[in-house]
Amino acid sequence: MSTFVNTDPSAFHGVWVFCEQRGGELMPTDFELLSEGRKLADDLGVELCGVLLGDNVEGLVPQLGGYGADRVYVCQDPALKDYTTDAYTKVICDIVMDKKPEIFLIGATNIGRDLGPRCAARLHTGLTADCTSLVVDTAKYKEFLKSTSTLDVDGMKWDMEDKGLKMTRPAFCGHLMATIICPRFRPQMSTVRPGVMKCAEFDQAKADACKTELYPVSLCDSDLRTKVLEVVKEAKDTVDLIGAEVIVAVGYGISKDPQVGLDLAQKMADALGGVVGASRAAVDAGWVGADQQVGQTGKTVRPSLYIALGISGAIQHKAGMEDSECIIAVNSNSSAPIFEVADYGICGDLFQVVPEMIDVLTNK
Amino acid sequence: MKFIVCVKQVPDTSGKVAVKADGTMDRASMAAITNPDDLNAVEAALALKDQNPDAKVVLVSMGPPPAAAMLRELLAMGCDEAILVSGREFGGSDTFATSQILAGAIHHLGLEQDDIIFCGRQAIDGDTAQVGPQIAEKLDIPQISYVADLKLEGTTVTAKRMLEDGYMTVQTQTPCLVTCIKELNQPRYMTVKGILECDQKPYQVYDFNTLKDEPLIELDTIGLKGSPTNVYKSFSPPIKGAGVMLEGSGRETVEKLFATLEEKHII
Ligand SMILES: Cc1cc2nc3c(=O)[nH]c(=O)nc-3n(C[C@H](O)[C@H](O)[C@H](O)COP(=O)(O)OP(=O)(O)OC[C@H]3O[C@@H](n4cnc5c(N)ncnc54)[C@H](O)[C@@H]3O)c2cc1C
Ligand SMILES: Nc1ncnc2c1ncn2[C@@H]1O[C@H](COP(=O)(O)O)[C@@H](O)[C@H]1O
Repeated sequence: MSTFVNTDPSAFHGVWVFCEQRGGELMPTDFELLSEGRKLADDLGVELCGVLLGDNVEGLVPQLGGYGADRVYVCQDPALKDYTTDAYTKVICDIVMDKKPEIFLIGATNIGRDLGPRCAARLHTGLTADCTSLVVDTAKYKEFLKSTSTLDVDGMKWDMEDKGLKMTRPAFCGHLMATIICPRFRPQMSTVRPGVMKCAEFDQAKADACKTELYPVSLCDSDLRTKVLEVVKEAKDTVDLIGAEVIVAVGYGISKDPQVGLDLAQKMADALGGVVGASRAAVDAGWVGADQQVGQTGKTVRPSLYIALGISGAIQHKAGMEDSECIIAVNSNSSAPIFEVADYGICGDLFQVVPEMIDVLTNK
Repeated sequence: MKFIVCVKQVPDTSGKVAVKADGTMDRASMAAITNPDDLNAVEAALALKDQNPDAKVVLVSMGPPPAAAMLRELLAMGCDEAILVSGREFGGSDTFATSQILAGAIHHLGLEQDDIIFCGRQAIDGDTAQVGPQIAEKLDIPQISYVADLKLEGTTVTAKRMLEDGYMTVQTQTPCLVTCIKELNQPRYMTVKGILECDQKPYQVYDFNTLKDEPLIELDTIGLKGSPTNVYKSFSPPIKGAGVMLEGSGRETVEKLFATLEEKHII
């Protein structure tokens, strides 16, 4: 480890993505990250590699290839079957120190957020948490700023040759956006919020062409200080908010009759082929499961259509949904902040408006 | 036996968040609170102390001097000692630098075989959840993050570690670091006795001079200048142009709305 020198950027090449699997199944974030990583690798003219750890997981490689990986490093060992901080950190840091990628992306899942900081600290480099935009090309970054900020982009001085990773993340509940760089150390690392990056189309030719590179694992007992006693998958009806095209979300505004309010939301979601989400107030009240919470401490979603029913639009809620393509809000209070982000607002009682909406939708 | 709790004072983002004209946060105008998850970390430590009366709960916080008020409140909740890590040289640190300084402070304090370090899962100002694991790495001890249930038997720590789709039961030995989530417990209140006693409890400030020779702290990777990550640009997202407020809320309005959505191929 003492021989790992990471202050010379020219010694580091390639874009890497940590490909998380649980129980032998890849996580959706893997595909989002590979799709995004592909663009970075193309802009840099370098390879996109996946890093896959587990026991007997080689067979997953073509799936990763289909979303853009040129090569996947596969580290297999019974000790890697279930995630442990110690074993995964050791194996990943070994291979990073050996192969020296310039960019290393990790999904900001509960596992990625355990692994990422541990690896970054060991690799002696920075880590930017929960990024929502990643760009290397300065011209593309300028375009990005033009569409997302009010900065005088053309009036600023730019180094157009700069290919450093520009990692943008929301701070303070989305009130401030910060672009972070990591100029002195390599790799440039970031965790990426699940559900934010768009997934590319699966490409069978790329899947077939993807190279598998088995990488030897060297672990000893002293590397494994934590033991997994059991892994429990909760067999609840999980609502897949993150992949949903349409989300109908309910808030505390259904309190007059929560059951009726929920039924209405579900019917509208069914009519639109969507799912039901909720604000924290509705989750805290026990009307909706915690996995359905949208917002800062819930999920970040960007469906094509987000319908907010009886949600005030607190910043913590908006942080999780304001990037939706189209937002409709129904709220009885005309000055509810949700109307500030809504494309279409209806000021009215949801118990009257929503039945009309369902009726119009189903009698089209 | 010590239970060391890392606590951070953060601006309260649940009320109005004030942004200054230059796009930076107006911290002065916002109330300062103890980071919510850190209260769960404090409670976890106090609950273990209830079972192990010989143990001490030691608070460690890095931040500017006003953080002293938070530490006093936590002492009044029942914690035994507090250390404020504070110095101009530490200001502007990113998570790498922060964890290095906190790890150095904990090393200075002395980490023993039966100690446990508690952190919150994440701080609401930065939302990174990185500092805990990075402290554990710097101290070379095991970590368990996202802890929703915790048991200590001898030197064996068993925890329920939450995942998005379930949980894992994980076991390790002290010394170790855990990061706590709100499902772990319900933080207790200050007591009158605690409030009366808190000013007598040991309280220390570690400044740059205290820590500058700590082997875990590299002087060229701390503070604003030394941090591996730098802010390249910061900006406030444009206020999304307030959309169309539809007139009325009757059937006609709804029909018009869906017609528009169809036209735009949204539905
Ligand atoms: C650290 C932290 C993290 C948080 N994280 C999240 C998060 O991830 N997600 C989240 O959502 N919140 C989060 N919150 C909570 C957030 O601040 C708000 O409290 C919450 O979003 C409010 O939910 P609500 O809009 O449903 O409820 P309320 O604020 O109570 O709003 C209810 C709304 O319904 C309207 N209404 C009432 N009756 C009717 C009716 N009949 N028809 C139509 N409209 C009606 C009212 O006008 C009102 O606007 C967080 C808070 C903190 C401090
Ligand atoms: N300046 C600090 N002083 C003490 N503890 C901190 C500090 N920053 C972060 N922490 C701890 O690390 C946790 C995660 O913080 P963060 O990585 O900033 O989200 C917090 O909940 C605290 O327990």
